[in-house]
Amino acid sequence: MANRLRVNPIACAGHGLCAELLPERVTLDEWHYPVVSGEPVPPELESLARRAVTDCPALALLLERIR
Amino acid sequence: MTDAATTTWPPDAAVTGPDLPRLLPPAPLDLARHIGVHGPLRYAGTPRGLIKEIRAAGLTGRGGAGFPAAVKMTAVADGRGRAVVVGNGAEGEPASHKDRHLLWLAPHLVLDGLQLAAEAVGARRACLYVHRHDQLLRLLGHALAERSAAGCDRIRVEIVPAPPRFLAGEESALASRVGGGPAVPTFKRPRVFERGVGGAPTLVQNVETLAHVALIARFGAAWFREVGTVAEPGSMLVTAHRADGVSLVSEVPVGAPLAEVLGLGRRPAQAVLTGGYHGAWIPVAQAATLPLANAALRRAGASLGAGVLAALPPDRCGLAETARVLRYLAAESAGQCGPCLNGLPRMAGAFTELSRPGADPRCLADLERWSGLVAGRGACHHPDGTVRLMRSALAVFSGEVGQHLAGWCTAGAPAGDRGSAGGAGPAAAPFLPLPAAGPGSSRPTRSRPGRG
Amino acid sequence: MNGITQSTALWYASRATGVVCLVLLTVVVLLGILVNRQGRLPGLPRFAVTGLHRSISLLAVAFLTIHVITAVADKFVTIQLIAAVVPFTSSYLPLAIGLGAVAVDLIAALIITSLLRAHLGRRLWRGVHWLAYAAYPVAVLHAVTSARDLRSGALLALTTGCVLSVCAAAGYRLATSGSRGRPAFPAGAADGGGYRTLVRAQADD
Repeated sequence: MANRLRVNPIACAGHGLCAELLPERVTLDEWHYPVVSGEPVPPELESLARRAVTDCPALALLLERIR
Repeated sequence: MTDAATTTWPPDAAVTGPDLPRLLPPAPLDLARHIGVHGPLRYAGTPRGLIKEIRAAGLTGRGGAGFPAAVKMTAVADGRGRAVVVGNGAEGEPASHKDRHLLWLAPHLVLDGLQLAAEAVGARRACLYVHRHDQLLRLLGHALAERSAAGCDRIRVEIVPAPPRFLAGEESALASRVGGGPAVPTFKRPRVFERGVGGAPTLVQNVETLAHVALIARFGAAWFREVGTVAEPGSMLVTAHRADGVSLVSEVPVGAPLAEVLGLGRRPAQAVLTGGYHGAWIPVAQAATLPLANAALRRAGASLGAGVLAALPPDRCGLAETARVLRYLAAESAGQCGPCLNGLPRMAGAFTELSRPGADPRCLADLERWSGLVAGRGACHHPDGTVRLMRSALAVFSGEVGQHLAGWCTAGAPAGDRGSAGGAGPAAAPFLPLPAAGPGSSRPTRSRPGRG
Repeated sequence: MNGITQSTALWYASRATGVVCLVLLTVVVLLGILVNRQGRLPGLPRFAVTGLHRSISLLAVAFLTIHVITAVADKFVTIQLIAAVVPFTSSYLPLAIGLGAVAVDLIAALIITSLLRAHLGRRLWRGVHWLAYAAYPVAVLHAVTSARDLRSGALLALTTGCVLSVCAAAGYRLATSGSRGRPAFPAGAADGGGYRTLVRAQADD
């Protein structure tokens, strides 16, 4: 039951915390907006991913089940 | 609202193909004449009965996505809560005129379809989402009054005006607007058919699709399939911008030869645009062999979209025309998502550079990078469609790209003559229709941070 | 220790923690505005700015709790515990304590919604968080109306400094809320020609 990260692009304001907390899955483009890898989040990164979701100032990052 | 082509009311319509027209009469039909031509509106009786017939008919959405209508209706009918049905006549695409023609000439077909769709999904609320055009609104108001007097509508239809923006007809923008909010896309979780207007499952169908529904209800699936191809049955409305500058709305069988619809034999062209401004260019030699069907068009990297076709005359610069459209699309961004708001204007700027003789070759690398950065990173498909158009232009007009980098434009402007923003020879007016830009109309609605 | 000395100790503790709370709340608001404006503290990553905003707000809650408890426990003046959360029910200085209760309620709402923010959804959390701009002035008014020594000397200077800095930061936030810094794209890029300016500018960066 894997999870993956997804950005709500309307809510996202380009703060960039997600890329700092989880560079393995999130990089920033040249306008400081997140490019989120759609790969599943492995268990060792799970808690960091949840922290990135909670810490996003715009609450724009989501962790969702891969169906 | 200004149409570059069919600006006079009532509009002019030509038809091709046997057993046609089905949708478009030669003159507007009031209720009495409508019943005279098509027969009275007969409800299905069982809520799902019509859906079965539509599934058998193989009707797909005529708004651009081509999604099977029966599947959408079933999903809405299965949804939780009382459904809402919205007929989408917003037609934000500037090159498309078919929806307003249909609403002008055959409003009762659309309104019949709206009632039937509402019955099929168990809706209690029905809306018609149309562009804010006074004459059209008056006509629709009159048509609704006729129906109310005759008592043929089971649900009162609410007319919701749409702003004249490209994205106004996008599904979630429509749901937002009908629900009382702004006509901008929303983050789609969940999809509109599950939770749309006011949290209710919402059926959004293009007005042409509803017109087909009205006829399938009367004459059946087999009748619908008498025209068109087996895989893609039925007829469709197209807005054809011919190379001689004439624009027509026609009803054609799906699968009709593209060359015939655009008159490519008699009017030379250099390339064909299909699918509108989120569509793709095709070289004319290839286009002349293709039927108007998604199966064949997709193999050529294009699609039907909402039936917009344009044949670019040989004396125009395809890059300059595309640059104008890209600038328009950039300005039409809702401005909600950083990648789109930042990327589309830069892409338009780089493509405009490319569209001029003596272009800076760095713009190609920038276009490649920026198009890769915006695709798939918006809340709607606006950046994706824009990238599709741009990439197809680079491919189809690749010869022109080389010329411009070397300092020439084969459309007329010699080396060193930057000319007007159009890039073509001074005598040629822009070909692809775009709304007249007023002051301040070219800015997206919201500003977002960017560090580029 | 007789009753009066004990009371004095509690009274001083309440006032001291009150002052600390005011300073901490000031820092929290300033950090909150910094987060919103996507600013940074030198040498720290962005998640540290949000982390500090959160940690200091929890620290402020700790000091607020002690401030309330010591004020209630102190027998010299009568402040019922209930008056700390239900505004204007105190028998001692009802207005001043009442303002404090309003501040407590607002801060409680802010803290609870922020702890649960991932589950509440963006709109609800953000809507409640705007109350911070109400909670701060109410807390300041409570401080000024209930403590006489805040109105002179070093404590007045401190209070004034806190209020001015929050006003300046809030003013900055209001002033920059439209454009959020640099425009999204260089003027004219959409009209063509701006591309060359953009490319030149990027080469200079």
